[in-house]
Amino acid sequence: MTRFGRFIARNFVLVLGFVVLLYLFAPIVVVMLMSFNAPKSRLSYTFDGFTVDNWLHPCRPFGLCDAVSTSLRIGLLATVVATALGTLMAFAMVRHRFRGRSATNLFIFLPMASPEIVLGSSLLALFVSSGFGGRLGFWTILIAHVMFCLSFVVVTVKARLAGMDSRLEQAAMDLYANEWQTFWRVTFPLVFPGILAAALLSFSLSFDDFIITNLNAGTTVTFPMYVWGSAQRDIPPQINVIGTAMFLLALIFVLAGELGRRRRERTRS
Amino acid sequence: MTSDLVLTGISKQFAGHRAVDNLDLTVPAGTFFALLGPSGCGKTTTLRMIAGLEEPTTGSIRLGDDEISGLRPYKRPVNTVFQNYALFPHLDIFENVAFGLKRRKVKDYQPKVEEMLGLVELKDYGKRRPAQLSGGQQQRVALARALINRPQVLLLDEPLGALDLKLRRQMQLELKRIQTEVGITFVHVTHDQEEAMTMADTIAVMNRGLIEQLGSPAELYDLPATTFVANFLGQSNLIRAKIIGQSGEDLVVDVHGRKVIVPLARCRVTEGEVWLGIRPEKVFLAPADSEDGDGSNQLRGAVVTDVSYVGVSTQYLARLPWGQELTVFEQNTGAREAFSAGDAVDLHWRPAHSFLLDAAQDALAGVEDVD
Amino acid sequence: MSAVGQLGAASQSAAPPPVERSGRRMTAYLLLLPGGLWLLLFFVVPLVSLLAASLYDPNGSIENGFSMTWHWQNFGTTMADYWRPFGRSLWYALLTTAFCLLLGYPLAYAIAMRAGRWKNLMLALVIAPFFTSFLIRTLSWKMLLSDNGFVVDALQWLRILGPDGRLLATTAAVVTGLTYNFLPFMVLPLYASLEKIDRRLIEAGGDLFAGPVTTFRTVTLPLSMPGVVAGTLLTFIPAAGDYINAQLLGTPKQRMIGNDIQRLFAAGAYPTAAALSVTLMAAIVVLVLIYVRRSGTEELV
Repeated sequence: MTRFGRFIARNFVLVLGFVVLLYLFAPIVVVMLMSFNAPKSRLSYTFDGFTVDNWLHPCRPFGLCDAVSTSLRIGLLATVVATALGTLMAFAMVRHRFRGRSATNLFIFLPMASPEIVLGSSLLALFVSSGFGGRLGFWTILIAHVMFCLSFVVVTVKARLAGMDSRLEQAAMDLYANEWQTFWRVTFPLVFPGILAAALLSFSLSFDDFIITNLNAGTTVTFPMYVWGSAQRDIPPQINVIGTAMFLLALIFVLAGELGRRRRERTRS
Repeated sequence: MTSDLVLTGISKQFAGHRAVDNLDLTVPAGTFFALLGPSGCGKTTTLRMIAGLEEPTTGSIRLGDDEISGLRPYKRPVNTVFQNYALFPHLDIFENVAFGLKRRKVKDYQPKVEEMLGLVELKDYGKRRPAQLSGGQQQRVALARALINRPQVLLLDEPLGALDLKLRRQMQLELKRIQTEVGITFVHVTHDQEEAMTMADTIAVMNRGLIEQLGSPAELYDLPATTFVANFLGQSNLIRAKIIGQSGEDLVVDVHGRKVIVPLARCRVTEGEVWLGIRPEKVFLAPADSEDGDGSNQLRGAVVTDVSYVGVSTQYLARLPWGQELTVFEQNTGAREAFSAGDAVDLHWRPAHSFLLDAAQDALAGVEDVD
Repeated sequence: MSAVGQLGAASQSAAPPPVERSGRRMTAYLLLLPGGLWLLLFFVVPLVSLLAASLYDPNGSIENGFSMTWHWQNFGTTMADYWRPFGRSLWYALLTTAFCLLLGYPLAYAIAMRAGRWKNLMLALVIAPFFTSFLIRTLSWKMLLSDNGFVVDALQWLRILGPDGRLLATTAAVVTGLTYNFLPFMVLPLYASLEKIDRRLIEAGGDLFAGPVTTFRTVTLPLSMPGVVAGTLLTFIPAAGDYINAQLLGTPKQRMIGNDIQRLFAAGAYPTAAALSVTLMAAIVVLVLIYVRRSGTEELV
């Protein structure tokens, strides 16, 4: 066996893992490439020519930037509301013993276990039967987004809280911090990474949601709905610009976090 | 300015079991006090009730004249060194140590923190995070963080449990030094009898929510009050016997047909069936029929069944005619002869080294709890 | 993505219970109130209205309104009309789950056991693509799989695909897209449970004369079962309800039940659409219950 062959054999699983990662990234490469595409026809799925024009004028296609801004506004609002309500619930679940705790757990878990099409259609059924059928739009989307983000927030914050040693809070109380000070000086700073993760998750879930939104949006157009609509007609390359930009932002987040972690580890040793 | 800590009739009931059962305890001001017992004996629960982290089901806790049992933890002049230290991971060492002073709005806390870091030899570590310190250093930070508040009582919950043996020895001496220096009452919870004996002025041995015996390390070791203490603190040989009479200041005891005497002052019971207890190092071996008892107790006709040489001493097992095996530690001073398995021997000991315990108690209590 | 939650839980130890005081139970209910109310109003009540809508008179319309006639026949008639896409949805979801497990297990295993210091980075890379809108990613699959795309060219060169064979607008394309979309939902819980496994157990397997394959089958796999169960559920459930991949990568022949529910709702045929939706939910609940019971994992919730 050659040296390379032996390496492959020994690290077979690792190699396989990298291949799967490639599969995950293949479409991203296409999206990045297509963001520089100068399409010949309106319904183009091929790379026809290189241009930076799309990056310079991302708002050129009619309604695209409006849709992005609608999605951003809904995403931010839904994140704030869902993170606040979900964090409160997570505290109740981890830090308190009360009757109906396991039933509540199930109740919080269920929305995550329901297909989006069911969540969306049942909300629509409610809106229609309660006479809001004609007023679907920004607020009904927001309501839906908060609803499906909530469970994810609870689960994420709960995990962080459950992993926190409650002796730290006892130590704070032992050191003359009252309940309020204990919360703000010890509990909150320690749970904050969990809350931040929950907020990021909420935002990306909200920004990316299509199935539930599409059913409850009325005439309002979010970014995913814009993409969906243009997929039926023409696909402006600017969509790929937005997709690439979002990916790069996320990547920068991730790399910065990893670098920070590495640096902290280095100063430790 | 420190005052005695007095626990009266303290009980703690958890769902389905009683962790602490009607406990009375006085910890004199300024002493190093140890609560010693196996895991689950209620010692940590007792400590947490003093700290205010657990509310007693019944009973009162007083510090001098002040009743503190109803107060929230942050209202008590008591601080705790937690098991595994519970240092705040998001604050640096300086901020950890300053935490209590800042909450009490103490002005000009910086020099105090610096001084305290100096006391625990961590002067240059103020800017580090807890995760960047070794176990021993973290332990000292936890100590500094509690001590800086000058509490009336410092509670230590298995403070050395996470350290390796060598570091633990070193920290034991260190803790003792600091306690002597600051003069604060230390209440120290541990399951390690050697640790308790090394540091504490007074030890309370706890078992199943009750205090079995309270006293100085030497008192407890020399004259255990129960079979549990006899076995949990060091080792003991417990032999079934029966009191048959009194002679002067001694009780006469029948051990499987042989008579031995025990000073009356060392007897917990004065009639009927008893456990006769002797520490292994207080028993001497002699070749069969070689020595006459010069006032010492003797059990003849034993056979050596096992010999383990451990350097400073040799540990023997000697089987008595009725089948029981006693443990005997002989110092390897070179002055006495060594024995081999199969040798016929006599066992003797000074009456003042033995003790009598109630035969109703379990002879194996506390044996399996020693680790 | 409850997997993210599990992820956090993977490296944690139990803490002693907090200080209990009277009156805290009240606080618990207060903390739960706003979020609980939201879920009640916008998750539970809607499910009830969905159920109600599925029993409306099918002859109603948006203009004239719907009347509640307890029309149970809706279920019979819709199933008669839509059993094909319904069955197809469950079949595609099953295929998707199988492929996700096949691809996700090696990746999760590689990250948990072999990645060393690159563990966090690889984990981040699994999640990173999801910050690009999944519609955009699905569209780019459309391009990757298109008739003159390089995947088709490569497969044709390898003779796996005939000279006039195509990928786009086939079942393969739809399942590829679904697998792609839900793979992280499989990888994250798998990783969480693999990461928890004590390496010494695997070494012990090797020490006790089990080969790598036997060790995997008798030690690693059983210990990672909670992750397998969570992952398969998190993949199967959303896949069964999805219609985007079928729409963008398939043809009407690959239509899934989601396509019909969406289309019927958009057309205002609420009773039929609701009946389909309720049936889908019921089918999933039944399947999940059977599955969870058989795999003996109750710790999911």
